[in-house]
Amino acid sequence: MNKKQTKKGTIARLLSLLFGFYPVLLPVVIALIITTAAVGAMPSLFMNRVIDLIDGALRNGTPYAEVAPAIIQVVLVLVCLYAVSLTASFFQNRLMAVITQGFLYKLRKKMFDGMQSLPIRYFDTHKSGDIMSYYTNDIDTLRQMVSQSFPQLLISAVTLLTVFSIMVYFCLWLALLVVVGVILMTVLARKVGGGSAKYFVRQQAAIGKTEGFVQEMMNGQKVVKVFCHEKESIADFDAINDALYEDSRRAHRYANILMPLLNNIGNIIYALVAIVGGILLVTGARNVSLSGMAISIAVIVPFLNMTKQFSGNVSQVSQQINSIVMAMAGAGRIFALLDEKPETDEGYVTLVNAREENGVLVETAERTGIYAWKHPHREEGTVTYTRLQGDVRLFDVDFGYTPEKTVLHNVDVYAKPGQKVAFVGATGAGKTTITNLINRFYDIADGKIRYDGININKIKKADLRRSLGIVLQETNLFTGTVLDNIRYGRLDATREECIAAAHLAGADDFITRLPEGYETVLRQNGANLSQGQRQLIAIARAAVAAPPVMILDEATSSIDTRTEALVQRGMDNLMKGRTVFVIAHRLSTVRNSNVIMVLEKGHIIERGDHESLLAEKGKYYQLYTGAFELE
Amino acid sequence: MRLFPVAYAKEGNAMLKRLAASIREYKKKSILTPILVSVEVIMECLIPFIIATLVTEVEGKSHAGFTYWVFERVLGQTLPAGSSLPVIVFYGCLLVVMAGISLLFGTLAGMTGADASCGFAKNLRHDLFAKVQTFSFSNVDRFSSASLVTRLTTDVANVQMAYMMLIRVAVRCPFMLIFSMVMAFVMGGKMALIFVAVVPFLGVVLFSIIHKVMPLFRRVFRKYDRLNESIEENVRGMRVVKSFVREDYEREKFDAAASDVKNDFTRAEKILALNGPTMQLCLNTVMIFTLLFGSYLIIDTAGVAFNVGKLSALLTYGFQILFSLMMVSVVFVTITMSLESARRISEVLVEKPAIQSPKEPLLSMKDGSVVFEGVSFRYSEKAEKNALENINLHIQSGETVGILGGTGTSKTTLIQLISRLYDATEGRVLVGGEDVRSYDVTFLRDSVAVVLQKNLLFSGTIKENLRWGNPLATDEELIEACKMAEAHEFVSSFPQGYDTYIEQGGSNVSGGQKQRLCIARALLKKPKILILDDSTSAVDTKTDAMIRFALKTYMPETTKIIIAQRVASVMDADKILWMDGGKIAYMGTHEELLASSSEYREIYESQCKVD
Repeated sequence: MNKKQTKKGTIARLLSLLFGFYPVLLPVVIALIITTAAVGAMPSLFMNRVIDLIDGALRNGTPYAEVAPAIIQVVLVLVCLYAVSLTASFFQNRLMAVITQGFLYKLRKKMFDGMQSLPIRYFDTHKSGDIMSYYTNDIDTLRQMVSQSFPQLLISAVTLLTVFSIMVYFCLWLALLVVVGVILMTVLARKVGGGSAKYFVRQQAAIGKTEGFVQEMMNGQKVVKVFCHEKESIADFDAINDALYEDSRRAHRYANILMPLLNNIGNIIYALVAIVGGILLVTGARNVSLSGMAISIAVIVPFLNMTKQFSGNVSQVSQQINSIVMAMAGAGRIFALLDEKPETDEGYVTLVNAREENGVLVETAERTGIYAWKHPHREEGTVTYTRLQGDVRLFDVDFGYTPEKTVLHNVDVYAKPGQKVAFVGATGAGKTTITNLINRFYDIADGKIRYDGININKIKKADLRRSLGIVLQETNLFTGTVLDNIRYGRLDATREECIAAAHLAGADDFITRLPEGYETVLRQNGANLSQGQRQLIAIARAAVAAPPVMILDEATSSIDTRTEALVQRGMDNLMKGRTVFVIAHRLSTVRNSNVIMVLEKGHIIERGDHESLLAEKGKYYQLYTGAFELE
Repeated sequence: MRLFPVAYAKEGNAMLKRLAASIREYKKKSILTPILVSVEVIMECLIPFIIATLVTEVEGKSHAGFTYWVFERVLGQTLPAGSSLPVIVFYGCLLVVMAGISLLFGTLAGMTGADASCGFAKNLRHDLFAKVQTFSFSNVDRFSSASLVTRLTTDVANVQMAYMMLIRVAVRCPFMLIFSMVMAFVMGGKMALIFVAVVPFLGVVLFSIIHKVMPLFRRVFRKYDRLNESIEENVRGMRVVKSFVREDYEREKFDAAASDVKNDFTRAEKILALNGPTMQLCLNTVMIFTLLFGSYLIIDTAGVAFNVGKLSALLTYGFQILFSLMMVSVVFVTITMSLESARRISEVLVEKPAIQSPKEPLLSMKDGSVVFEGVSFRYSEKAEKNALENINLHIQSGETVGILGGTGTSKTTLIQLISRLYDATEGRVLVGGEDVRSYDVTFLRDSVAVVLQKNLLFSGTIKENLRWGNPLATDEELIEACKMAEAHEFVSSFPQGYDTYIEQGGSNVSGGQKQRLCIARALLKKPKILILDDSTSAVDTKTDAMIRFALKTYMPETTKIIIAQRVASVMDADKILWMDGGKIAYMGTHEELLASSSEYREIYESQCKVD
């Protein structure tokens, strides 16, 4: 598919989206716009009539009182038309506000809703900054397009058509003159507009570069101070800043020239029409027109006004071209996001609350603390319940994020209910990858994973994930109170349950010392908390969910050893009776695990408990004694 | 809400002055631009006048006074009665020339305007950046780095936009408005009185719309920013969202916020949507009035007081007047909106660096001894608790001192006072026997090298990064420093060696490697005092020990202060401080602390005993 076709496709899709959102309102608005524009283009006709009457009166010396009724009649018709056009314009403008904002809202919602069902792979392969720019920059270009460019194009098209018809109705020669002039205008506008667009793109790149440099320097400001490196960094900045100035200066020069250029070419056309019209009138040349009128002052004066209208509209359209091009690019990116394939889920085994009656599991609605896998067997038409115990096994699993590169080789993991299983190894050894497979953020390439004996592909993803609690190294908190953030783990948790969870995580102590305690509002990922405090909240969040299986991926990496000792007690409580997967750099965190697996380049090279691994005197021993550096 | 609160205006004046100081070399172009624009406007306003005259000529009743003047006085020709070709051609050419002049000046103004506003923005960015470079740590803490980035980019862009408007459109429109008004009276006489009625009406309506809509927009823009922030949170936290199966919850949350934004925007834009029809109403009124009374005047005075050409010109002026008024309101909004950005920029520009060199600074240092005399410190006046409480400490030159303690016990705070990254709130800190406040700041910081806990390498080659320590260092010196920091071996193993390019944030070297490069960078200063703030946490214990050995052997004169998590890193120090709650809880050698501090013993046993 070539570029032009894609562009056409984008416009068509944008329009169909717009019509889809507002199937009734949009045609109404279009009708209103056409009415406003068409009526707005017509006064020339009335002016022509009035001037004709004036001219006649002057020539014949008729007193005003005799011509007055005719003039007033013409003006009255004009007043009526104006009333129609004003009403139409009033409603059109208001409806346009509704449609624009509604469209943006619906589009945002569509994007966001769709994004929630995208697989983790999408987020791992796209920078968050890029995704954000769909919601900010690209949406902004569309707002411009829908609220201004579309209506302006429509208005201009209708106006140009109407005015041109009236021009031809009056005088063909002058109409042709205007058309030639306008073509010239368009050519120049494209040239200057093109230059402007080229430099705006370069300016954008220069802005990006400046922003990157400033970001790096502002983050490293304290290092700059420590090394007294201020002068050098100012010099570096100036070089980048000057380059940005050059590009933005050029871009704005072109942009600034466009208006006076179009305006004055409009003025020149205006002057030419006056000259040619005057010559035609003076020489008494034969007029060619639809109306068959002779050239008179009543033709030339309205014609001059129409010339202004005509060139004015052409320059309006020219100015929209830049924003239309940008909007098309933005729309293209937004459509690409909408077209991303959502995460698929063929699972049919669900997680339910259960109660034990006479040794048999029965499904119940309330929380009992006992969960069961509800497994419908379609062929037999029966349903079996398996108690959730947290028995997770990986058999001979291979996996790669891309088919070309396998990052896990023949991995076997057996986690029996209630066991603590630890993964140790350098960055990139595949520790986190294993946990990504257990909660099906990614699907295995080969081998099998069984959860309480069930193939995890048969379990509904939502239920699978509900049964697993995760605490990650990079803590993400959401804007809201501390309490809201803890409650994120289980939405129906009471305040007391949340506080109890915070206690368990050892977070209660610092939270109560915050200015508003549990009601303290966190912003920007808890910017006012230390990394360690954020991790404690994340642990509390997982604790309130109280899932049967936990994955702790460097969950305590930023908590100092002393605090960790405090947290450890809570963590031990949290882990009691649960199957836990632990990933940690700090070996003191994993020491009391039932099984420790040492990973290297996607292979499990050692496995056993702390004592047996030390006795083995292998990699784990080296790590533990500090003879080997991780990462 | 008032548009210009009085107090704000006064403060605003000072603020604008501060910003205007950054115009500098672009002053000439900034002044030239409005002048060029004025010529353009004059031409544009004269064109309808000439056209009216031309139309009068074409009408053929009588010649305009101007025509007589040109042809009989200047050219010395007699004019024939009625229309004639030379007259028409003359006016036509005059029009083309005027449009040409207008084009020329408009283009020039566009260019100088672009140069002036982009140049102003460039200087502003430079001034901001240079200002931030003078900040001390406490200044940097006040502004988050993200907010500084926004000020340097988005805020400057807003001000640049407003400035361009100010020197071009803000001159053009009022000028056009007044000039067109004058011309309308010249051409139309009493007819122009219609504008006296219409212009105030349009003005009042436009400004009441702005008055009503601006606070709404301010509020909704804040909401809109928050909406985008929450999207960003969602994107970044997608693993959490999916782990807790909160997709639907997030959708609901988003829907509520997004529809709130939509409703507010719609309400504001609906009010704004009155702009177009109001403008149209005014234009229509002018048109109808002109046709009605114009026709009366023309016929009644038989084309003497008023004629068709003037009628046409009056309509053109009417359009220009109303359109200019509309643009004035747009300019007003843009500039008012940019005031917030201007305020945020000037906030940085007026910030006083908390730490500056004294008038007659010391430029030599006797030795590397460090003394704390009754030092207390708090980060801000508002802080409830002192971060450091009455610290008394004597470190002799050449000693090695270890500092241990949990997070939040002010270990880092303590060492930051030595190189005057912060100033003590009470008491004083002496280095080499002199108060740190008596030294030249640059000299002090070159003599006291700190390897920060949150350390960074910058994008650039390894060599470039190392030379931060000493720009004049030879390659041999670089290698020597790297050898001491145990970095030489891995650097040499890179294909490009010391020319290896470090990505932003040092993402292409491991944590341990980064730390060792940061130590080497500090060593290049050949400091009297070297402070390592948890700088070997990712380095393995063996390498850690080797670095300490090298420092001890090759830099015996240098005082070494080491903050660590691992007891092993400080075990052999001359002195170990155990910090707790902003105080030195225990101080002594390893053996002494084992005996006196149970916490120290506990940590030592948990870390260092292999069963």
